Amino acid sequence: MITGFWHQVRAVVDRDLLRERRQGDMLWITIPFGAIALLLIPLAIGTDAVLLREIGPGMYWVIVMLFGVLVAVSRASRETLPQQDASALLGLDPAAGFVGRTVSSAIFLLIFEAVVGIVAIGLYDISIIGIGWLALTLLLVAAGLALLGTLTAAIVNSSSAGTALVPLLVAPLSVPLLLGATQTYDGLQGGYGILSWVLLMVAVVLVVAIIGVLTARPLQET
Amino acid sequence: MSGAPLVELSGVGVRIGSSQILRDVDLEIEAGEVVGLFGANGAGKTTALRLIATLIRPAQGSGTVLGADLSSAERYDVRRRIGMIGHVPGIFPELTLAENLRYAARVAGVSTDRVAGALAAVGLAGAADRPAGAASHGMQRRTEFARELMIDRSLLLLDEPHSALDRDAVDLVEGLIERKAAEGGAVIVVSHDRDRVGAIAHRTVDLVGGTLT
Repeated sequence: MITGFWHQVRAVVDRDLLRERRQGDMLWITIPFGAIALLLIPLAIGTDAVLLREIGPGMYWVIVMLFGVLVAVSRASRETLPQQDASALLGLDPAAGFVGRTVSSAIFLLIFEAVVGIVAIGLYDISIIGIGWLALTLLLVAAGLALLGTLTAAIVNSSSAGTALVPLLVAPLSVPLLLGATQTYDGLQGGYGILSWVLLMVAVVLVVAIIGVLTARPLQET
Repeated sequence: MSGAPLVELSGVGVRIGSSQILRDVDLEIEAGEVVGLFGANGAGKTTALRLIATLIRPAQGSGTVLGADLSSAERYDVRRRIGMIGHVPGIFPELTLAENLRYAARVAGVSTDRVAGALAAVGLAGAADRPAGAASHGMQRRTEFARELMIDRSLLLLDEPHSALDRDAVDLVEGLIERKAAEGGAVIVVSHDRDRVGAIAHRTVDLVGGTLT
């Protein structure tokens, strides 16, 4: 039985989801902490409902970005060298490993976005217009952050640099995603064009995905 | 013992960062051979195993493993035929022992039906659902041996295979080594235990200061 690329991707995704479910970092630490961060802002600036409604969407995206970086950092230190060696000697295609880790990270981030999004709607009274476009934005941001996190984790793991380098790489690279997400929301609210912002996010996702797949082998080498 | 060597290293050196870990290593291992590799702590034994496993590239010299050039992309094609058990287990502690093997089977492209049989063969049938992180070091090592039983390997690289194992497991490991050699594969056993490994190896080599003697 010859293993196909997507068969290996699926095996990696299933492994990571199972590990996360057992470990529970995302469920019991990251998501509640994200929700608490959103709760702290009204406490800090007061209960001005109009102001909260105005800044709410921006705060939501900032929290998503910051916790996306946090997820990236945790992914960077997730596999030990013996675990990486064992997977390599099973014949795991480095590109399949990259795609699998990205997909599982994107699933975690989508769950994070959904739960924290519900909290944000309740706390900031955020209005929802153009749910299809918003869903696409959530998907693109999750995919983009997952790709950036997985790629930078691979870069850090292939060098002698510590995982502290991951946020320094991911945070600035995620700025186009933050801009795209906030401008898409504002565009939907104000009724002006959002296509260029959506295309910006799509471009980020495609470029990082191509770089990640093409560099998966060289980055695995020492 | 005939045909092309399974491992052929000529003047190989390995650098990690600014340190020269291996230098001028010449080694040939034929099909059917069991080779014992000895050396003091820090002599470069683990690096030598990772080099032969194609996981690191030589900085100097040339070499082939299972016919694949160590410096070219060919080595990716032979990795699945190389099994390695290091002294730190390469399994995932959050998964159960059976789940670890199912993951290995799926990635390697072998049927997951082999998992139960492999666990039974290493005496872990009753511990299949135990999280690997809650299993003893010896059980984790047995799980790795189960993985090697499940996947058809031509070359086995074992780092201190006798450590943390009870008498039954040692017998199992030695049986696996003998069987692999009899099937025309090759086995490299890294150890400090010269008596035990000397008894099963066809020949032994010493790694001193990064060079084979």
